[in-house]
Amino acid sequence: MATRAIAARPAIAEAPAQRAQPVGDALAITWRNLLTIRRTPRLLVFATIQPVMFVLMFRYVFGGAISTPGTSYVNYLMPGIFVQTVVFGALTTGIGLSEDLHKGLIDRFRSLPMARSAVLVGRSLADLVRNVFVVLLMCVVGFIVGWRVDHGWLGLPAALLLVLAFSYALSWVFAIVGLSAPDAETAQAMSFPLLAPLIFASSAFVPVKTMPDWLQAFANHQPVSVVVNATRDLTLGRSAGSDLLQAVAWIVAIVAVCAPLAVARYRRVS
Amino acid sequence: MTESTAIAERADGSPAVSSGGEPAIVADGLVKRYGEVIALDGVSFMAPAGTVLGLLGPNGAGKTTVVRILTTLLRPDAGSGRVLGHDVLAQPHRVRASIGLAGQYAAVDENLTARENLWLVGRLTHVPGAVVARRSEELLQRFDLGAAADRLVRMYSGGMRRRLDLAAALVHQPAVLFLDEPTTGLDPQGRNELWRVIEELVGGGTTVLLTTQYLEEADRLADRIIVIDHGRVIAQGTAAELKASMGATVIEVAFRDATAVADAREKLAAIGPVTVAGRALHVGVADGPRAMLETVRVLDAAGLTPTTLTLREPTLDDVFLTLTGHIAEEPAEAGNGAAAIAPRRAGRGGA
Ligand SMILES: Nc1ncnc2c1ncn2[C@@H]1O[C@H](COP(=O)(O)OP(=O)(O)OP(=O)(O)O)[C@@H](O)[C@H]1O
Ligand SMILES: [Mg+2]
Repeated sequence: MATRAIAARPAIAEAPAQRAQPVGDALAITWRNLLTIRRTPRLLVFATIQPVMFVLMFRYVFGGAISTPGTSYVNYLMPGIFVQTVVFGALTTGIGLSEDLHKGLIDRFRSLPMARSAVLVGRSLADLVRNVFVVLLMCVVGFIVGWRVDHGWLGLPAALLLVLAFSYALSWVFAIVGLSAPDAETAQAMSFPLLAPLIFASSAFVPVKTMPDWLQAFANHQPVSVVVNATRDLTLGRSAGSDLLQAVAWIVAIVAVCAPLAVARYRRVS
Repeated sequence: MTESTAIAERADGSPAVSSGGEPAIVADGLVKRYGEVIALDGVSFMAPAGTVLGLLGPNGAGKTTVVRILTTLLRPDAGSGRVLGHDVLAQPHRVRASIGLAGQYAAVDENLTARENLWLVGRLTHVPGAVVARRSEELLQRFDLGAAADRLVRMYSGGMRRRLDLAAALVHQPAVLFLDEPTTGLDPQGRNELWRVIEELVGGGTTVLLTTQYLEEADRLADRIIVIDHGRVIAQGTAAELKASMGATVIEVAFRDATAVADAREKLAAIGPVTVAGRALHVGVADGPRAMLETVRVLDAAGLTPTTLTLREPTLDDVFLTLTGHIAEEPAEAGNGAAAIAPRRAGRGGA
């Protein structure tokens, strides 16, 4: 028999007047997600195999057929690869959230006095850390296949920062998808039709000028192209003024719209 | 399990008395619909501070729905709930700060170890790190997870997950604990240990709402029992009251074949409320010996020979069967004066 009573708080004490701790809560969830990423390395491997294949394919198979004014194709390609990598990577934010949501673990989180935003912010921050890793890896792959950066030592970090900021913004888009889908598989399936046109009808792999007029209008202004163009300008040592401004505007706008939507959505899911 | 390990000292020295007599848990006319399905149809009850309330009901009765509403996971379509005086809809954050929840399905992170799971919950409930570490250790020992504490939960058996889930509900020493079928999937040892933990917690002033399908469990732990079925409260009272409502004694008669069961059921309805459990009939009666003689006469006259014929104390199973299962054609004088019972057919559900 137990000899001492387990401590209990008095039944009716004032509930501790806790203030929300959004930062601490988000960091706790980030820690948890990073542990998960570390413990399921196969996910990271799959997340990197696909962009590596793209690099090899476009560099050595399609690249010869694509002419890019002003620079070699590999220099043209790599900024597109970075952006494509993080766009597809953002998908895992939605998938991960959807998994959490349907595993029952979310019930524990939702019954705790934690900030409502923490599950989502923690997820997006952990995915950001993961993207840092993936993007650096893609840099290495790029250098191996002959990618060179002009005036690089300022342009390259700026370019990578821009790509990562974009990846962070997209995490929030796919958070909404993940929260809306009935399960993780569906979240993935729902994401693809959203992603494909953004990636392929963009300046990521081919110059937009080669596309039909009606498509150019879309391809020139959609966020992936804008971010790719700005990244390309930064890595090629061109002045990136207007594209960079537009890219930052897109990123800010996406976060401003999607983050509150996602949090609102999270509150309603049950 | 290590039985002598106390989980922690009291968080503070204040006494476990209710301020102003507000019950720790109040459900008031809860209604929840899922399309056509009415999961809850006006459920009301309350649990005084420092007591265990048992929520008893068959599959689909609405137990989990009640728990989810009171733990702020689900919005009711109508009605309200309060925990320690805080409204679950208006002040969910305050409610969450006072409760611990172990849901029907273990809500633990597969990719973390047990210790990390507890650490995470501790951080998210804003318990200081040193306290979390100490309490986690105690809980892990208590729930017999000490040896597996640093293994990934992915590798855990169902019962181990269940125990970890219960430990997670206790990390922050909640004043009110919601346990949805907490012993489902535990082995007898784990079940006994959990019962002891619950008893200790209640001794320390914690209020517990516990759902269960095990009558033995409700009988042992619950100060009051609410029986729900089809989203309505069909009976409530202490285990003793509920049993008394069955009649002082139960006559159990079993037959070899189903036609005899049907026959006897009809004939014995005159003696007391009859419930059917497979090939056995249970008749609730006030005066055992006399009713027994009467039973023998009736059966003999009808040419029915039972395989067993016994007289025994009523169990909660009898209550449960009477209320939720096969109620005899005419519940007649089933009440026996026990005001606690409100059979569903009499349409007096609710509290
Ligand atoms: N998400 C849902 N969608 C539709 N119907 C639901 C949902 N959740 C519960 N129900 C229905 O509501 C009713 C009550 O369910 P609930 O889970 O509360 O029962 P329970 O008493 O916990 O049962 P069990 O003992 O099987 O756990 C059931 O009829 C169930 O089918
Ligand atoms: Mg249930």
